[in-house]
Amino acid sequence: MRQALIKEQAQTPGKWWRRWLRWPASSGDWVFQTLTLLAALCLVGLLVAMALYLLAEAWPSVTLFGPAFLTSTAWDPVRGVFGALPAVYGTLATSAIAMIVAVPLSMGVAIFLAELAPDWLRAPASFLVEMLAAIPSVVLGLWGLFVMVPLIRDPVEQWLGGNLGFIPLFQGPPFGVGFLAGGLILTVMSLPLITAVARDSILAVPNSQREAMLALGATHWETISRAVLPYARSGIIAGVILGLGRALGETMAVTMVIGNGYQVTLQLFAPANTMASKIATEFNEASGDVYIGALVELALVLFAVTLVVNIIGRLLVYWTVSDTSTRGQ
Amino acid sequence: MEDGQDAKIVVDGLNAWYGSVQALRDVSLTILDRKVTAVIGPSGCGKSTFIRCLNRMHEVAPHTRVQGKVTLDGQDIYAPGVDPVTIRRRVGMVFQRPNPFPTMSIFDNVAAGLKLGGLAPKAYLADIVEKALRQAALWDEVKYMLKRNGTALSGGQQQRLCIARALAVEPEVLLMDEPCSALDPITTLAIEELLQELSREYTIIIVTHNMQQAARVSDKAAFLFMGEDRTGFLVEYGDTKEIFTNPKDPRTEGYITGRFG
Amino acid sequence: MNNRPSYLRRKITNYTMMGLCGLATVIAIGVLLLVVGYTLANGISFFNLEFVTQTARPLGEPGGGMRNEILGTMVLVGLATLFGLPVSLLAGAYLSEFGGGRVGTAVRLVADVLAGVPSVVIGIFVYVLVVVPMGTFSALSGGIALAIIMLPVIARTTEEMMKLVPTTHREAALALGIRRWRTIVSVVMPGALVGIVTGSMLALARIAGETAPLIFTALGNRFGFSGLNQPIAALPIQIWRYAVSPYNTWHEQAWAASFLLVMLVLIISVLVRWFTSRLNH
Repeated sequence: MRQALIKEQAQTPGKWWRRWLRWPASSGDWVFQTLTLLAALCLVGLLVAMALYLLAEAWPSVTLFGPAFLTSTAWDPVRGVFGALPAVYGTLATSAIAMIVAVPLSMGVAIFLAELAPDWLRAPASFLVEMLAAIPSVVLGLWGLFVMVPLIRDPVEQWLGGNLGFIPLFQGPPFGVGFLAGGLILTVMSLPLITAVARDSILAVPNSQREAMLALGATHWETISRAVLPYARSGIIAGVILGLGRALGETMAVTMVIGNGYQVTLQLFAPANTMASKIATEFNEASGDVYIGALVELALVLFAVTLVVNIIGRLLVYWTVSDTSTRGQ
Repeated sequence: MEDGQDAKIVVDGLNAWYGSVQALRDVSLTILDRKVTAVIGPSGCGKSTFIRCLNRMHEVAPHTRVQGKVTLDGQDIYAPGVDPVTIRRRVGMVFQRPNPFPTMSIFDNVAAGLKLGGLAPKAYLADIVEKALRQAALWDEVKYMLKRNGTALSGGQQQRLCIARALAVEPEVLLMDEPCSALDPITTLAIEELLQELSREYTIIIVTHNMQQAARVSDKAAFLFMGEDRTGFLVEYGDTKEIFTNPKDPRTEGYITGRFG
Repeated sequence: MNNRPSYLRRKITNYTMMGLCGLATVIAIGVLLLVVGYTLANGISFFNLEFVTQTARPLGEPGGGMRNEILGTMVLVGLATLFGLPVSLLAGAYLSEFGGGRVGTAVRLVADVLAGVPSVVIGIFVYVLVVVPMGTFSALSGGIALAIIMLPVIARTTEEMMKLVPTTHREAALALGIRRWRTIVSVVMPGALVGIVTGSMLALARIAGETAPLIFTALGNRFGFSGLNQPIAALPIQIWRYAVSPYNTWHEQAWAASFLLVMLVLIISVLVRWFTSRLNH
C-alpha cells in the first residue's frame, strides 16, 4: 500500500509544489527526480542559450547589414562589407547535389537491407553502412582531398566538360575542388543516416501488407514499390529530411574539398564555400566586431536552418512511430 | 461422385516445415471445382499452413519448406520453373484480419491487383472494380466514396473490401483464412451469404474455427488434427453432411461434438 | 499467363530493381572500404613508434610524431566525459523514468534536435560562451564543446537502455520497500549499465574525431598540455592543418594520424558490436 502510494507520487509529473508540502516524507525521491529534471532541462537551456549567445555576438553584423546580409554577395574584410549569399548558395547547392545522389542510393541500400538481403548478410551489411557514419569528418576530408578530388578533376570533370560542356553546369575549368566535390563528400556523410531511418521504417511495415500484395500476384519488386514503400513513406521522408539536416551543417570534410571560392554560379566545377566551411576557414583569422559578427551570423543562420529541418524531421519520425504502432495489423 | 464435380486442386503427400518444425505431414486430398471446402480443426493444427501451400504463400515466410505435390488443373504448382506469381494470380487469398492498403483509396485498393503490369485498360478498370465490389456485397455502401481511404471503413467493410480486391483479378480459386474471426456476427452472416453466391463462379477453400459456419457454408470438409509432436495431419475428408452427421473417425466426432457442446 | 508480354516485362523490372538495390549497397559499402582501406594502408606506412612517442620536428627534418596531439585529444575527451557524462546520465534517467508526459516529449525532441545541430555551430557557441569571457582559447572550452556534442547522444542512449530493463525488476525492488530513487540508481541503472557503457564508448569514439568545434575553442598548439586555461593540441585539428599544407612530410603525418583515429573508431565499433550481439543471445 505504502509502496504503491510512493510509486504513484513519483509517477505523477504535475503538481510539483505539492511534494514540497510532503517534504520530507519522500524527500529522496523528489530530490532525485528534480535532479534528473534539471539535467534534462540543461538540454533545453543549451538550445535556448545557443540561439541567444549567437544572436548577441552576431549583433554588430545584424544591425549593420540587416536583411541585406542574406542577399549580398560581397565579402570584403578590408572594407568591412559582408554578405552571405554565396555561402548560403554554396550550402544549398552542395546539399542539393548530395540529396540527388544520396536519396536514390540510400533507398536502394535501405530496401536491400530490409527486404532483400539474406539473413547471414543483413547484420554485417547494416553494420558496414553504419560504419560509414563513424569515419571522422576530417579523415573523410583527407581522403577526399588526396584521392577523390584528383579523380574528379580527371577523368570526371574532363569528360563532362568535354562531352557535355554545352550544359552550363559542366562549363568552366576543372578544378577538382568545388561544388561537385563538396556535394559528393556530403553524399557519403548523409547516406548512412537516410539509410538507417528508411530501413527502420521499412522494417516497421506489417507483414500483412506484403502478403496482401503478394497474394494478388505481385512480384517481389511490385510488393515493395506498391505496398511497402507507400506504407513507410513518412518514415522515409523523415530520413531524407534528417539527412538533409546533416548535409547542411557538415563542416570539415566539405571545407577540405570545396576549394574556398565565394561565388554564385551554376558551374559545378567552380570552387565554393558553404556557410560551415566559410566559418571554419576564416574564423580564427577574423578580427573586429563586424567581421566576427558576420561569421557568427552565418553560424546563426545555419543554426536556424538546421533547427527547423531537424524539428520537422524528428516530428515526422515520432509521428511515424506512433502511427505504425496504432495502425499495426 | 455426381457429374460436374471435377477436381480443381489435387494435393498429394504434402509436407510443410517452419525451420526444423514440421507443421504438416502427408496431406492428400482433392478439392472440387466450384465448391466450398471448409478446413476445420483445433488451433495450431496447420489449417492456415495448408491453404498457404495452395498458392505458394507458405514460402514467403523465412526458413520455410514444402514437399509433396499440389496440382492446379493438372499443373504441378511446385514444379521447377513455375513462377509463384502466376499461381497467386489464379489462386487468390483473403486473410484473417482485414489488410487494406492504407495509402490507397477504396477504388485503388480493389484495382491494385489489376494495375500490376498495367493489364487492364482504364475504361474497363471502373467496370471491373464495380463488379468486384458488387460481388463482395460492398458496392451499395461505398459507391459514393470510392475516392475515400480504405481504412475509413468499418472492420467488416474492410474485410469485404479485401474480398473484392481478391476477386477483381478474377482468380479461379479463392483461399480464405478465417475471414470472419475478427468480425461481428452480422457481418459474418453477410460474408457467409456471399460465399454461397461466389461458389457458383469460384472454387473456395475456407479455414474456420466455427463449426456451425463450416456446416452452413461448405460442401466438403477436411478435418485436420495434430499429434503429440504438434505436426498437423489430415484425419478425415468428405461431404460436409457426412462429416457432421456421421464422422468415421472418433477424433472428428470428439472435436465436432465438443464444439457443439 | 506466362505468354502475356507484359509478364516478361514485370519479371525483368523485378530483377532489374532488385539488382539496382544490391548495386547501391555494394557502392555504399565499397565507399566505406575504399576510405577505410586507403586510410589504413596509406597510414600504416607512416605510422611507427616514433609517431606516438615523439613530438613534431621542424619542417624539413624527417621523423617526429604527434605525442602532444594524442595526449591533447585524450585530455579533451576526458574533460568532455567529466562535464558531459553525469548530466547525460541524469537526463537519460529522467527521460526513461519520468519522461512520459509533455515535458519528457519536449526534452526528447530538444535532445534529438540538439544532436542535429552542426558541430561547427556548437564550436562558435562555446567560443562566445567560454573563450570570449576567458579571453583565451583553452583546453577547458574544447572539453565543453565536445561535452555538448556528446550530451544528447548519451542521454538518448541511456534512456533507451534503461527502458529495456524489465518493469518487473523495478516492481520487485519497490515491493521490497526500496525507495524509487534507490531502485533507479541501484537496480535499473546497473541493469542498463552494459548498454550505457557501450553507447558511451561509441559516442566518445565519435567525438575524438571531431574537428570543427575545436578550431574555435581548443585552437590547437604544438606543445604539450600546459594547463586547462591554455590552448591544447588535438589530433583532428592537426590532420586538417597538415592536410591543407603543401608539404609531403606533413601529408604523411596526417595519414598516420588518420590511421590512428580510424583504428580507434573501428576497434571500438567492432568491440561494441561483438559485445551487444553476445548480449542479445
